[in-house]
Amino acid sequence: MTTRTRDRDLVQSQTQPPPASPRDAYTTELLRELVAHLREQQVQLREEWARRITEAQLLTAMSGEEVFAEASSVYDQYVETLQTGTFEALQAYAQNLSERIIPRGVETHEVVGIVLLLRDVLARALFSRYHVDLDKLNYILDAYEPAANRIAITVAVGFVQERERIIREQQEAIRELSTPVLQVRERLLILPIIGLIDPQRARQLTEQLLRGIRTNRARVVVIDITGVPVMDSSVANHLVQTVEASRLLGATVIVTGLSPEIAQTLVNIGVDLSKMNTVGDLQGGIEEAERILGHKVVPLQDPQES
Amino acid sequence: MEVPILKQGSYLIATIQSDLSDTDLRDLRDALVQRVGKLRSRGVIIDLTSLDMLDSFATRTLRDTAHMIRLRGAETVIVGMQPEVAFTMVQLGLSLEGVSTALDLEEGLGYLNQRFGGPRRGA
Amino acid sequence: MSTEGISVNAEVRVQIRSDLDILNARQQGRRLATELGFSLTEATFIVTAISELARNIVMYAKTGEVLLTSVNDRSRCGIIVVAKDQGPGIADIRLAMQSGFSTSGSLGLGLPGTKRLMDEFEVSSKIGQGTTVVVKKWRS
Repeated sequence: MTTRTRDRDLVQSQTQPPPASPRDAYTTELLRELVAHLREQQVQLREEWARRITEAQLLTAMSGEEVFAEASSVYDQYVETLQTGTFEALQAYAQNLSERIIPRGVETHEVVGIVLLLRDVLARALFSRYHVDLDKLNYILDAYEPAANRIAITVAVGFVQERERIIREQQEAIRELSTPVLQVRERLLILPIIGLIDPQRARQLTEQLLRGIRTNRARVVVIDITGVPVMDSSVANHLVQTVEASRLLGATVIVTGLSPEIAQTLVNIGVDLSKMNTVGDLQGGIEEAERILGHKVVPLQDPQES
Repeated sequence: MEVPILKQGSYLIATIQSDLSDTDLRDLRDALVQRVGKLRSRGVIIDLTSLDMLDSFATRTLRDTAHMIRLRGAETVIVGMQPEVAFTMVQLGLSLEGVSTALDLEEGLGYLNQRFGGPRRGA
Repeated sequence: MSTEGISVNAEVRVQIRSDLDILNARQQGRRLATELGFSLTEATFIVTAISELARNIVMYAKTGEVLLTSVNDRSRCGIIVVAKDQGPGIADIRLAMQSGFSTSGSLGLGLPGTKRLMDEFEVSSKIGQGTTVVVKKWRS
């Protein structure tokens, strides 16, 4: 999907390392040594990490076993990334991890927190191993630090983007749910609108309806606004536009549940109510629709003599 | 780019297949009007299924076309408008008032048949 | 232009002289809008706005140009359309911005309608010197 690819590109560009020197043979050798050590010590280091996570009261939404399981795979990924120096696999992993743990209620500060804690735990391990040779320690840190920081950024950004994507999807779903287009019978669509409509929702409504007319081959649409308490002129305008656009697709629109206040709003924006097909309530509207559909000669938008 | 116009009994069907220039639209208008007169067609269907945009000029030209065709005693039905195109048109404040519309070719033919009691054999 | 893939600002310049150029401008606009990931509805809005502006050039100024710029960077993503001509200019911009299309088919500049299709709209004009219209649409 386009958005996903773009986000990945963004992460890629955001986590681009500063123009540092390319890995030379010595650095590569050091990292190999470092990775070997971290793998060798993995049981103790993972335990230390898990301890710190509990101490910092992170991932409280997950059980001990779950934390351990996730921690193991994160650890492996972390060390793997240190070894390869490439981040695509990590990005994919971060996205995957986020997809799993976000529904569990894990929050951003927790994800960032645990990655940083792991960074600390591993750094300490390096100190204790190489503290006798400060020069070597410095070299190792020169290689370790940028990689560790980039790992933290990659995971954090991946998490945040996944959260944002989910929120967008949820908002879209909520909007769709609250504006269902119902097919009652053949050629007849009903669009019950409930609640307050903002311009964005109005636009989404119209798009949904027009597509629905096409898909269901509807000839008549009943838009029921009984459940709409108030409508400002811009949304009223939108209603009129929806009626006109539906006509362009060959469908007649009947508006039902028009309150006197909304009728006034429509008149105020210059709508000729006598030209709009309105019926008092939804039931009446459906009956009118069936009358229209039941006729042999369907009065499909007879040209108006103006 | 010439728009193909088919004769189906006493109806003409013009199927627009791509984005048309202003000249193409004018040519279509003139071709339809001329053929309606020559063939004494009773109905004209203009199929917009493949059209991905309809601006003010195109809308005006379609309206003029339908008007001129009516002066020759025939009725025009615009069919196949895409949802996005319809939405854009109403946002732009354009209207095809005075022109019949239907969902697609099948609906359009059905409408004409109901109006004229079935397609006449030949012309 | 950055090579990191962050910001690629593509620019397409279309000379407007005939109705074929209007068609060309639309097609370029469609291509850019699709590349930028606009929805079908949004892309149709953009292409229609381009068509209206390009036609105004042909009808009133005889020649001009339409510049399409795609913006795609870290903070935002969208398209900028600049329609520029050295024509007679708009006598009364305020009036032009009030009159839309009427069903009687009177020729208008269609500026209010075009404005509704886009997110940002700016027109500047000087009698005898020309008109520049800038419209923008951003990805949501």
